[in-house]
Amino acid sequence: MAILGAINPMLSLGLDGDKAWRLADYVKRGGYSALRRILEEKQTQEFVINEVKKSVLRGRGGAGFPTGLKWSFMPRSFPGDKYVVCNSDEGEPGTFKDRDILRYNPHSVIEGMAIAAFAMGAARGYNYIHGEVWEIYERFEEALDEARAAGFLGSNLLGSGFNFELFAHHGYGAYICGEETALLESIEGKKGQPRFKPPFPASFGLYGKPTTINNTETFASIPYIITLGGEAYLDAGKANNGGTKLFSISGHVKRPGNYEIPLGTPFATLLEMAGGMRGGRQLKGCIPGGSSSPVVPGPAMMECTMDYDSISKAGSMLGSGAVIVMDETTCMVKALERLSFFYYEESCGQCTPCREGTNWLYRVVNRIETGRGRADDLDLLSSVTTNIMGRTICALGDAASMPVQSFIKHYHDEFAYHIEHKKCLVPVDVQRAGSGFFTATA
Amino acid sequence: MLTSESLKRIDREIAKYPADQKQSAVMAALAIAQEQQGWLSSEAIECVANYLGMAPVAAYEVATFYNMYDLKPVGKYKLSVCTNLPCMLSGGVDAGEYLKNKLGIGYNETTPDGLITLKEGECMGACGDAPVMIVNNRRMCSWMNPEQIDQLLVELK
Amino acid sequence: MEIEIDGKIAQVPDGSTIMDAAQQLGAYIPHFCYHKKLSIAANCRMCLVQVEKAPKPLPACATPVTNGMKVFTHSELAVTAQKGVMEFLLINHPLDCPICDQGGECQLQDLAVGYGGSASRFQEAKRVVFHKDVGPLISMQEMARCIHCTRCVRFGQEIAGVMELGMANRNMHAEIMTFVGRSIDSELSGNMIDLCPVGALTSKPFRYSARSWELSRRKSVSPHDSIGANLTVQIKNNVVMRVLPRENEEVNECWISDKERFSYEALNSPARLTRPMIRVDGALREVEWKTALDYVAHALKDITRSNGGESVASLASPHATLEELYLLQKLTRGLGSGSVDFRPRRRDFSADGKLGGTPWLGLRLAEIKDLDAVLVVGSFLRKDHPLFAQRLRQVGKKWGKVSLLSVSADDPLINLHAQLTVSPADLPSALARIVKAAAQLKNEAVPEGLESVAPCATSQAIAASLVEGEKGAIFLGNVAEQHPHAAQLHALACELSRLTGASCGFIGEAANSVGGYVAKALPTALNAHEMFVQPRQAYLLHGIEPELDCHNPQQALAALKQAALVVMLTPFGDGGCSEYADVLLPITPYTETSGTFVNSEGRVQSFNGVVRPLGDARPGWKVLRVLGNLLSVPGFDYESSEEVRDEVIAAGEGFVDGLDNKVTAVPCVAWSLISIPGGLQRVAEVPIYSADPLARRAAGLQKTHDALPPSARICAATLQALSLNDGVSVRVRQGSGEVVLTAKADPTVPAGCVRVAAAHVSTAALGEMFGAINVERA
Ligand SMILES: Cc1cc2nc3c(=O)[nH]c(=O)nc-3n(C[C@H](O)[C@H](O)[C@H](O)COP(=O)(O)O)c2cc1C
Ligand code: SF4
Ligand code: FES
Repeated sequence: MAILGAINPMLSLGLDGDKAWRLADYVKRGGYSALRRILEEKQTQEFVINEVKKSVLRGRGGAGFPTGLKWSFMPRSFPGDKYVVCNSDEGEPGTFKDRDILRYNPHSVIEGMAIAAFAMGAARGYNYIHGEVWEIYERFEEALDEARAAGFLGSNLLGSGFNFELFAHHGYGAYICGEETALLESIEGKKGQPRFKPPFPASFGLYGKPTTINNTETFASIPYIITLGGEAYLDAGKANNGGTKLFSISGHVKRPGNYEIPLGTPFATLLEMAGGMRGGRQLKGCIPGGSSSPVVPGPAMMECTMDYDSISKAGSMLGSGAVIVMDETTCMVKALERLSFFYYEESCGQCTPCREGTNWLYRVVNRIETGRGRADDLDLLSSVTTNIMGRTICALGDAASMPVQSFIKHYHDEFAYHIEHKKCLVPVDVQRAGSGFFTATA
Repeated sequence: MLTSESLKRIDREIAKYPADQKQSAVMAALAIAQEQQGWLSSEAIECVANYLGMAPVAAYEVATFYNMYDLKPVGKYKLSVCTNLPCMLSGGVDAGEYLKNKLGIGYNETTPDGLITLKEGECMGACGDAPVMIVNNRRMCSWMNPEQIDQLLVELK
Repeated sequence: MEIEIDGKIAQVPDGSTIMDAAQQLGAYIPHFCYHKKLSIAANCRMCLVQVEKAPKPLPACATPVTNGMKVFTHSELAVTAQKGVMEFLLINHPLDCPICDQGGECQLQDLAVGYGGSASRFQEAKRVVFHKDVGPLISMQEMARCIHCTRCVRFGQEIAGVMELGMANRNMHAEIMTFVGRSIDSELSGNMIDLCPVGALTSKPFRYSARSWELSRRKSVSPHDSIGANLTVQIKNNVVMRVLPRENEEVNECWISDKERFSYEALNSPARLTRPMIRVDGALREVEWKTALDYVAHALKDITRSNGGESVASLASPHATLEELYLLQKLTRGLGSGSVDFRPRRRDFSADGKLGGTPWLGLRLAEIKDLDAVLVVGSFLRKDHPLFAQRLRQVGKKWGKVSLLSVSADDPLINLHAQLTVSPADLPSALARIVKAAAQLKNEAVPEGLESVAPCATSQAIAASLVEGEKGAIFLGNVAEQHPHAAQLHALACELSRLTGASCGFIGEAANSVGGYVAKALPTALNAHEMFVQPRQAYLLHGIEPELDCHNPQQALAALKQAALVVMLTPFGDGGCSEYADVLLPITPYTETSGTFVNSEGRVQSFNGVVRPLGDARPGWKVLRVLGNLLSVPGFDYESSEEVRDEVIAAGEGFVDGLDNKVTAVPCVAWSLISIPGGLQRVAEVPIYSADPLARRAAGLQKTHDALPPSARICAATLQALSLNDGVSVRVRQGSGEVVLTAKADPTVPAGCVRVAAAHVSTAALGEMFGAINVERA
């Protein structure tokens, strides 16, 4: 796969599939000039943080928290070690953008992390890479070697006196390690169990030291922000939603893949870039920001623009920018069942409401799907989600609950039909046809 | 128990972390041990724990938490198929069914000749390439329609 | 910081949590995972409360107090959240309280009554969790009851210092277990049973022997090590069924060691002596008390009349009560003998008569947490003093620098600053190195006699930590007290204390190691060693088993065998006594008598009997009182044990006076370096579950790893030098005694040494705990 399309690209500008990921290619595209400029012009930490603030870059990992603000939480005069950590544990169903960034443009992440480390006074960083994308981990290690050899990592970068060591750490199959404190525990060599916050990582992070964690795409955007200037970056998107963003489109579209578009681009445009609906079928619903974000019915989705505010107005979240497109061949009960299984399976097992609740949710949705549903099951589901939401250590509890609530809300009749008739509204062969498995050719 | 080659690789991982944080290398070390052995025996886990100076049960916690570790022997090839929703929409579940039929086994089972173990995987961060599957935790195969799967199975023979 | 909880205002220090504030106000917030001695996990979510302005309920255990915070623990939001959590906890929990061992003392059961719904809305099959076998003390039969609070896991990591339990797997398959097939071996493991809020971890010896509501609880004090842990003893039908910690923050906090918890099994064992016995025609026969006492009185009178008072010697256990020790010495002196002692494992008595006062810990136990530099000299710390080690573990975890100087490199599970391991004969010179290093650091004159000592890097590091520390302490352990040059170790420690400002003291071997001094159970004639070197005509042995409890069992037995009269006051009738005792007088263990222990910090702790004496056994103080009367020794008209105590300690409870570790006439400067003998030396520990008669007979404890029979442990290099291999049978010889043991390679043993445990029947034929030893292939 590749980054299949773009409007006003930054991150994906000049990429040439698998051929241009090396340091030399990146430098040819203007890479490492932002870091070089900061170090050679002896810019201050404040300057960098200010540019990032001005860009209104919002975290690309899911929560959309303003990056510049997050950076300013790091204690300035802390005497010991500080860390920057990149979250490449992309595991949210529907999201596959960080993989492509690391595959095609790894040095943008390295440069972004080096700049971040400079801005926050960190001398060490780790990039935590999803275990399932092993080839990407190996490539990133290679990119790190290149950057070290070229003096973009290590001690005394470009003669500035600034030191920054960066290492790759791989995951090994646990979605929860995408949650930032679980990720830190995992780097520390433990189970990936999220920590209770406060304290936040900015005061008690990796090995108990101040730490900032950002998503891969967030870091990758930094060099472009420094090069273009914060304001220009903001202008590339729309107010309060700076810059361009990668959207991963999966599901019932003709050309699933990654697309870089300015925030604020209409969903319809994005859908069109992805070749439109597969087989010309109708859009039944869309999960706009990764599996944890509430599903939005087709018509409402067609009205949205792709930015944090518009999607939130539609009752969902832009999240990681993973757009899961479902056409009329989709059985919404089956779809929810699969998601509920995922959250049950991936619960770290630490806190009671999530450990017990996600299991309960899955079992009830499963019995509806398999024709054993009961009349009061939808009320039960809604009550169980209420008992999970807001009462867990990390947001996985919420992430497991929101799909349940939104699917039932928007597709109530389909669930009721399932319970009453003990079978699916959408015939099984229709569902099968939708996947295209037996018809598609390479 | 661990070969000197494996230990050398583990040492390289240890070097990534501060000197008093050897335990950070446990995930990598367990992965290396699994690569060497084909699966993770309790002896291997204990060996890793001792090498990193951590309690064996702490290493065991890690080995049982992350689902790419195999605490029981698997076939020569472990095939994990993603069946999560985005993949399902583009044939992930069907690909799994297709494999089950072809191999005559279910998920978490191994073909009688010990060649292939089939697993149901969670999102691999490659939903755009669905159906996707991973061979032995290392090699990701994309767009696995019936012909591609047939081809892969021939190659793995 | 000011916080309002349910309308009540509390002032709390910065950094407090809502739970802390609630506890201060006496407001109860339901919880499972929270425990004041453990790190905060916030995983059970039972403690959710409403906080003003917070949209979601917050866990009280983990939420820091902010100034002016308003908390509602019973608001609708809070109670709904708590009920929701309770429902989740119960869906996979077996609802079979009537048959659960924890029934009646289960936090989940208690809270479920208040917060649980009546019928479960969860109608799927419950989780199945397999039981595990983790050794003789803890039962993990019922792991389906586990609520994943992880208290047990955190206890291991944080308090016991060893992570034996972990939570494997994830999601609802998360499961508490040991590493594949391992047992739980920590000497503090039983505390996990107390910590477990449900019936998942239970006591194997206690399981299903009684329901909690059938038990009555009595206060008591541990008779084992010198900490004097406070106990709650639970009884049913006049039988001790269970022993639990009684919280005392200044002594044992809320913990006890497994020895303290499980040794009660010995109380009800068939080994108990329930009738007096007298040797008749070579065999011990049961007799009436009166017969036995008359016999003893007559025999003693005869012997003293014909051979003089000094022909009698008395030796007591340091585990005996203050009252017993006092009366024994009074009786002995009344018979005209000054040969009385309570320190059977000691070898060097040269400091006797030169002490500034009663030797003790040197500070209060509660002060340990504030130490920033500690040196422990000569101790098998973890096994000799589990709770003391636990306190030092917490010191090591914070900022404190804890160092060890000992005769074996056992892992104390403490984050150590430095560890110096030397052969027993080298112990004084190693301590001298630290003393000299300290003198050099302080620019003080090097104490005379230490000129030729060369401080090594480790001794310098240890000295530096003590010099730099604001509040340091030097502790002399059991090995230092039992050492053939104990007085010199003592004097060196005092000198180090003077140089560095650190306190100096003895951890103390047993429950009454300080109390024996207070009771004056000390020789004015022959001491515990001399009374066997110069055999006596009559011996009174109180609570000891000489073949196991003496420094040199060989020598002790030889002396006893030649004596005309050996009277043993003992709770147990088994063991070696049939070989040498002429009279056995059944006395009661700590649960069946009132008495007093003075712990290592000088704390006077009196206790009452919790059950009636078994059979015809009688409290030791009463037996001694009658003997005093029969022998017409004046001043034996006590009505109660309190009367005896008050005669010894005027102040009653509190701390004893006269605690002082100064040793005046053994100046450190006057010592000369001890010449190190050639050949192999013995390193002898007293295994944790062999240390006293109770522990030796506790069935559960005897099945633990720590109770495995001794082997001859030797480091690889020495093994090789002896042309031996790991696992071969070896003949071990000391003096005229010899035993056959298995040789074991053990890297913790210093070169040139053979570690052979004392206090065990299989090694009782050997001689001294220190000195030359011989090993050859058997
Ligand atoms: C259950 C869960 C899974 C998450 N997974 C990811 C992930 O795969 N990648 C990611 O970047 N952030 C993930 N996050 C969000 C991170 O916790 C964190 O907010 C993010 O890495 C911060 O980076 P940003 O500010 O650059 O977005 C996840 C959060 C939760 C609660
Ligand atoms: S919400 Fe779930 S994943 Fe998050 S800490 Fe709790 S159990 Fe773990
Ligand atoms: S006591 Fe607070 S979450 Fe368990």
